[in-house]
Amino acid sequence: MPEIALTQAPAHVRMGSSIGQPLTRREGVLKTTGAARYAADHHPPGMAYAALAVSSIARGRVVALDVAAAKDHPGVIAVMTPANAPKLALDPDAKLHPFMFRLDVLQNDKVRYANQPIAVVVADTLEAATEGAALLAPRYETEPARVGLDGHERFAPQAVGAGRPAEESHGDVEAGLASASRRIETVYETPGQYHNAMEPHAIVAAWDGDTLTIDTPSQGMAFAQDRIAGLFGIEPTAVHIRSPFLGGGFGSKGLISGPQILGIMAARLVGRPVKLVLQRAQMYGPVGHRAPTRQTMRLGADDQGRLTALSHHVHTATSAFDDFVEPAATVSHALYASPAIRTSHEAVRIDTGTPLFMRAPGEAPGSAALESAIDEMAHASGMDPLRFRLANYADVEPISGNPFSSKALRQCYEQGAERFGWSRRPLAPRQMRDEAGMLVGWGMGTATFPAIMFEGHARAVLRRDGTGIVELGAHDMGQGAWTALAQIAADSLGLDLGRIEFRSGTSDLPDAGIAGGSAHTATAGMAIHGAGADVIARLADLATGDSRSPLFGAGNAGVIARGGRLFRRDNEAASESYADILSRAGRDVIEGHGSGRVDPAAQAAYAMHAHGAVFAEVKVDPDFGQVRVTRLVGAFAAGTIVNPHMVRSQYLGGMIWGVSFALHEQAVTDRRSGRVMNANLADYHVPVNADVPSIEAILVEERDIHVNALGIKGVGEIGVTGTAGAIANAVWHATGVRVRSFPITLDRLIEP
Amino acid sequence: MNRFEYIRPVTVSEAVAAGAAPGSTYLAAGTNLLDLMKGGVTRPVQLVDITRLPGLDRIEHLEDGGVRIGALVRNADLAHDPAFARRFPSIAEALLSGASAQLRNAATAGGNLLQRTRCAYFYDTASACNKRHPGAGCDAIGGDNRLHAILGWSEHCIATHPSDFCVPMTALDAVVEIEGPQGRRAIPLEQFHRLPGDNPERETVLDRGELITAIRLPPEAAAFAPHARYLKVRERTSYAFAVVSAAAALRFEGDVIAEARIALGSVALTPWRPRSAEATLAGARPDAAAFRHAADAALADARPSGDNAFKIELARRIVVRALTLAAAGTPARMPALPASPFAGVMTHA
Repeated sequence: MPEIALTQAPAHVRMGSSIGQPLTRREGVLKTTGAARYAADHHPPGMAYAALAVSSIARGRVVALDVAAAKDHPGVIAVMTPANAPKLALDPDAKLHPFMFRLDVLQNDKVRYANQPIAVVVADTLEAATEGAALLAPRYETEPARVGLDGHERFAPQAVGAGRPAEESHGDVEAGLASASRRIETVYETPGQYHNAMEPHAIVAAWDGDTLTIDTPSQGMAFAQDRIAGLFGIEPTAVHIRSPFLGGGFGSKGLISGPQILGIMAARLVGRPVKLVLQRAQMYGPVGHRAPTRQTMRLGADDQGRLTALSHHVHTATSAFDDFVEPAATVSHALYASPAIRTSHEAVRIDTGTPLFMRAPGEAPGSAALESAIDEMAHASGMDPLRFRLANYADVEPISGNPFSSKALRQCYEQGAERFGWSRRPLAPRQMRDEAGMLVGWGMGTATFPAIMFEGHARAVLRRDGTGIVELGAHDMGQGAWTALAQIAADSLGLDLGRIEFRSGTSDLPDAGIAGGSAHTATAGMAIHGAGADVIARLADLATGDSRSPLFGAGNAGVIARGGRLFRRDNEAASESYADILSRAGRDVIEGHGSGRVDPAAQAAYAMHAHGAVFAEVKVDPDFGQVRVTRLVGAFAAGTIVNPHMVRSQYLGGMIWGVSFALHEQAVTDRRSGRVMNANLADYHVPVNADVPSIEAILVEERDIHVNALGIKGVGEIGVTGTAGAIANAVWHATGVRVRSFPITLDRLIEP
Repeated sequence: MNRFEYIRPVTVSEAVAAGAAPGSTYLAAGTNLLDLMKGGVTRPVQLVDITRLPGLDRIEHLEDGGVRIGALVRNADLAHDPAFARRFPSIAEALLSGASAQLRNAATAGGNLLQRTRCAYFYDTASACNKRHPGAGCDAIGGDNRLHAILGWSEHCIATHPSDFCVPMTALDAVVEIEGPQGRRAIPLEQFHRLPGDNPERETVLDRGELITAIRLPPEAAAFAPHARYLKVRERTSYAFAVVSAAAALRFEGDVIAEARIALGSVALTPWRPRSAEATLAGARPDAAAFRHAADAALADARPSGDNAFKIELARRIVVRALTLAAAGTPARMPALPASPFAGVMTHA
């Protein structure tokens, strides 16, 4: 097992006994046997069922609901409308901080987007609630819907994404373009996309006085506790959230949504536990999405193929009543060396649910445009796309000039290209055919995602029998937190995994930080690491200060923890078991606490990003334009790999998401009504198995001593980036047709 | 809940009697109907579950060389019936290109004929649809209609029929056997579905209470087996409805095409049988010019109903390719990706 180099960890913790092992999912048997209980599997005594009624218009007012008809339906207990919805302690339209998003929870009769909740019907059965909701037959006062990117007033947003400036620049772009020997200006479009986690948003809410217990999938339980507490005027500690398993989140479960709040309100209204599960179609509105973008890329290059300027302008949309702006241009800050870079965003307000974070927010659409533009510039420069990227390799972060904390992108390029066979790629497009006459094309893209951390906390306990407990309210969306964090926990206490009781997934445990931004393993992992180190330090104090211990006098830093024993660093023959140390000291337990957060000094000094290179082969029917990805090879470097098995799955899943972005996904919004017309998984296409014949992820070794003591970056989102562009570039290479609008559908490739 | 009567008769005559009641609908696998009911698109008063009716789940190879497919034969069972697949390979290929394995295991032959259009405006009860509410208008016109009809549409409806199975069945002169309150009758599949005209709510020629009991293929249909293909272009490799599909079947006499059969799917509210195109191939040699000529004839009357002009040229090319594939001969084994343009493409491991 590799021993992990540590820079900030107390030297007496010997890492590596468990980190790095490709353990299979520890909760896998629970999931495959159906024993894992997801939120909607809960059924407390006396529970009633709630069904949402949602608006079919995108803008206006509800003027009538046939509440009587719904109430008369057998089994219906209550119909919650603005007339009788519980009043809230905080206006759900209040925005006390940028991460507080406005919620539509029946406080008025306004309709701000299609599929907005307009009533909740509670009944003894799901069927009665569903039919009750249908019987409401709403009537509206309809205003014309504002749809699409065009025809609305544009504005410069205050901030984009999670708070970056809407405009950033470095150097003089116009001068760089003027001095270029080659220039391109191209416009790329990406559609609205919806998260579509397999598990819809669901909640089972039960009040006991002013104490609330809820089962609901959450990527951020502490955030949710605060939001709920604020809305209902109770203490955050009175909100108990259980969220051990999520059937996918992808950002849509990062912040508690309006429908989940409605489930809690309904439980209060009827005085019974209530379950509310969204129907698939109801997920296309009130729970976030990725906004459409139109991205203008202006690139200049000198006669050596080196960029002289890179300008990335994004035109996107947000809701009419709140602010989230897809930060699609920020990807251009960190990837390619250019003496001049400018990124800018502008937005329009349309009648849509507020867009939100969706897997690789900003980077996913931004990278699709950037990687396409880089490919176009490489072609304009007569250069192989990999050679062009290497000619513009950034040794420092271009926008800031900061060195990278680590950057094994060159190795990603090398290993990915080698595995793919990139060197055999003809420079010109439309040169390759297979034996069946299909056009074949090869394309590549660079993957990148920032390595960030939130703040998280953990608690560790060592027991007299030599076993340990590590606990924190972490979130497993399916990415493998139950497994990877337990591996870190085992190492943190110097115990085998089997000797650890790892507790997670409820809000009563220390807040592990939000599972987003590909930051959860680093954040929660560092909290665990700190908690374990705290325990071991206390244990070492007991032993080294006790003359009866073989470790006496070794000094606090003179011991190593491994396999349930402390060893003298200078003489490993001298050791003592945890149990013996505790027993002699008359202690039942030792408890420790730890926190994970970014080191501001390191963050100021270094640019921190994960990197990768994705190579794609597509085949295109020359007559029909039907595209199939036949090979994908991705090589990624993301610091310490806690569990190669889970990480590979994250990369593969991300790359498949990239296939989806490139070829399949798009919300089709009716231009008149503002309604999403394909709000179901038959019509909203994502790839099926047959769309992903051969896919491979290479884990490129990278050590990072600056991001955090464990050297962990993030892996959850980077696979999306690079891939969509690589596929688009491969489609161009196959056909000679550059499609600048995603997804690349066959009608765009058919030459009449 | 949305209450409806549910009955499960044990004889065809009982079923027909029940099916003739106002608001009655036959239920087979329900792969389409149950979704429609859950979405409030249709609200039948009574479901007549026909899945237990005796004798309707048989594939009968008839003495005259034809075959009778019971209305309740499952798609997967039919496609995997060795004798059927050997004699009617393009139909097996069409069946296996449809839906998903799970749906094919449930969906029935008779139900396939009666599946409803996949037009989003038909499914969306907040949209105007002349099928759901005659006279309400058609929101697909002027809406998202990239995949809508290019043939046979009217200003009242531009939807398409989504079936794969019906396309080669139509090409091969399938006949629908029907039992109803007035007795039995048989009508060609080609005449079974109706174009929208002024009454898009009337989708088939079935009268109230009429039940499909079987679909029959005539003995002549098997003569095309050596040269019969189905080709389906779609927006992902599997589990998607066709953008356009085509069945092509050829019977040769020497080097010359004696008889050609062509049908198109997802271009109109019915499976589309361009007989004029077939006629151009009688006596022709199987070359690119002849196939292109036939394709031009097949699409001669096509016109876009919205943002879908691309489908016209796409359909021509699919006809040409399907004919080319049929002329090359039916493959000895069913391709791993049935009906896909990628059926012959090897992928690297």
